[in-house]
Amino acid sequence: MPYLDTLNAKFAGAFTTSAFRDNARVSVGADKAALVLFDLLKCLKDECGFDFLAELGGIDYMGYPNATDRFCVVYGLANLTTGERVWVKAFANDPDPELPSVVELWRGADWMEREVYDMYGVRFSGHPDHRRILMPSEYTGHPLRKDYPLRGYGERHNFPTVTRADS
Amino acid sequence: MPLQTATPVAEDVAGADAEFLYTLNFGPQHPATHTTLRLILTLDGETIVKAVPDIGYLHSGFEKLGEDLDFNQYVTIVDRMNYISPVANEIAWHHTVEKLIGIEITPRCKYVRTILAELARISDHLLCVGAAALDLGALTAFLYAFNAREKVYNIIEATAGQRFHPSYTRVGGLSADISDEVVALIRDFVKTFPKVHGDIVRLLNRNRIFIDRTKGIGVLSKEDAISYSASGPVARASGVVRDLRKDEPYLAYKELASAFKVVCGKGGDCYNRYLVRMGEMLESWKIIAAAVESLPTGPVNVDLNDKLTIPDKNATYRSIEGLIQHFELFMWNRRWETPVEEVYGANETANGELGFYVVADGSGTAFRARTRPPSFIHFAMFPLMMEGHQISDVPAVLGSLNIIAAELDR
Repeated sequence: MPYLDTLNAKFAGAFTTSAFRDNARVSVGADKAALVLFDLLKCLKDECGFDFLAELGGIDYMGYPNATDRFCVVYGLANLTTGERVWVKAFANDPDPELPSVVELWRGADWMEREVYDMYGVRFSGHPDHRRILMPSEYTGHPLRKDYPLRGYGERHNFPTVTRADS
Repeated sequence: MPLQTATPVAEDVAGADAEFLYTLNFGPQHPATHTTLRLILTLDGETIVKAVPDIGYLHSGFEKLGEDLDFNQYVTIVDRMNYISPVANEIAWHHTVEKLIGIEITPRCKYVRTILAELARISDHLLCVGAAALDLGALTAFLYAFNAREKVYNIIEATAGQRFHPSYTRVGGLSADISDEVVALIRDFVKTFPKVHGDIVRLLNRNRIFIDRTKGIGVLSKEDAISYSASGPVARASGVVRDLRKDEPYLAYKELASAFKVVCGKGGDCYNRYLVRMGEMLESWKIIAAAVESLPTGPVNVDLNDKLTIPDKNATYRSIEGLIQHFELFMWNRRWETPVEEVYGANETANGELGFYVVADGSGTAFRARTRPPSFIHFAMFPLMMEGHQISDVPAVLGSLNIIAAELDR
């Protein structure tokens, strides 16, 4: 994989690699992600030909076997010329999970990052339109976090009651 | 609900004009949106200055449910994402799960799934094309398209017992083998479909009104298509040559690769997206025709001894091995053993790349079942495609993107 040589030359020690089935992964730990993630993705895009952001999603690793960091954002990059894919995993931790936004590199990241923020509460610094996307803007929880209950009564009780007079 | 735009409109345009702009709320219940989505349009006369989509009205926590239901149960939920072509979602979901566990499905299962995936694509494109034409005033094409979709539903019904949400696939196979009656129905569909396709082509391709309403409307350049992560017909109409059926062949597409071509356009406007969809239907028809004639015999489920597939009723009630396996797969604390790993699997569905990112923790339930929904990603481009156009172009662009709100919000 030639992109690994490029990454090793520029970001040696900042990432680890792993693979499963046909997924080749590059992981950036929570301690490094805020600093190197943007440059690493930019390098993959500009120098290694991964010009397509196929997927961006969040994962909450709370309670996962052998997990060290809590939140993870997965960037699925694809090279449209060769069809090669690479998965970049960036980690973030409580109390203030934050990662750099990649909207500058791929406009498509806009809504996908908003969804990760909405569902997991991971903030993306530099995002041009940092709002919730699926849940109402008054909502306080982040529903896909592992400590958010699957069943039961929740924030709905906290919604302000709208009367006909002030609607 | 206060909904703020990223930058206030007043700063975008020269100050004096600002007072003439007004805001129009479009949806969430509007006949032209077809599904539940809302747009906040800032208008200058009839010209759209700014379009801000507000989504989430159908958000029902599918991905949270995916962390609670097991791999076979969740298929009923993915069914309901893109309800225009539910079988394609099921196939994509179990494709990913099988990739995770490491199952190689049987040749017959591959072919049956391929045929159903292509039928789903035809059904999806027919609805998209028909509904887009309907919104632009061409009712007849819509009726022809729905008549043909009915045939697809009949095939799905004869296959799985349900018309709309068949929940047909299972880990390592299918809930039932297809009968000779289904093969006859598919052959019949293969015979009759070109006529329907030709009818729609003759109704729309050179229709002056249809062309005027779609050509040059909602243009998406190739650079924007790549930057906005577009996939499927939307990307291909803009000149991005990418089709997972050719690039990362799955199911029987490797063997059938000579049967079909990838349809691409260059213009990136609504008319091109329409043409790409029409072209893709013919290619799907070729795949189905080739696949149904070379349908392999043999089982549709992987070997029972692999302890992966649900045994049929006969095996469950009449053999101890079948009973044990049935028990193992249905007890909540047993089910499948999975590697503590994660995997992404994607299929080329009618709307684009439908992928699932499954994180497994060793149990038979996904720890995380992330969906890559093509509708969600395509709707993000809507403001870009809409700005500068007339308000009457909103249905044309919405129809050409084929936004399915259940998949958009999940």
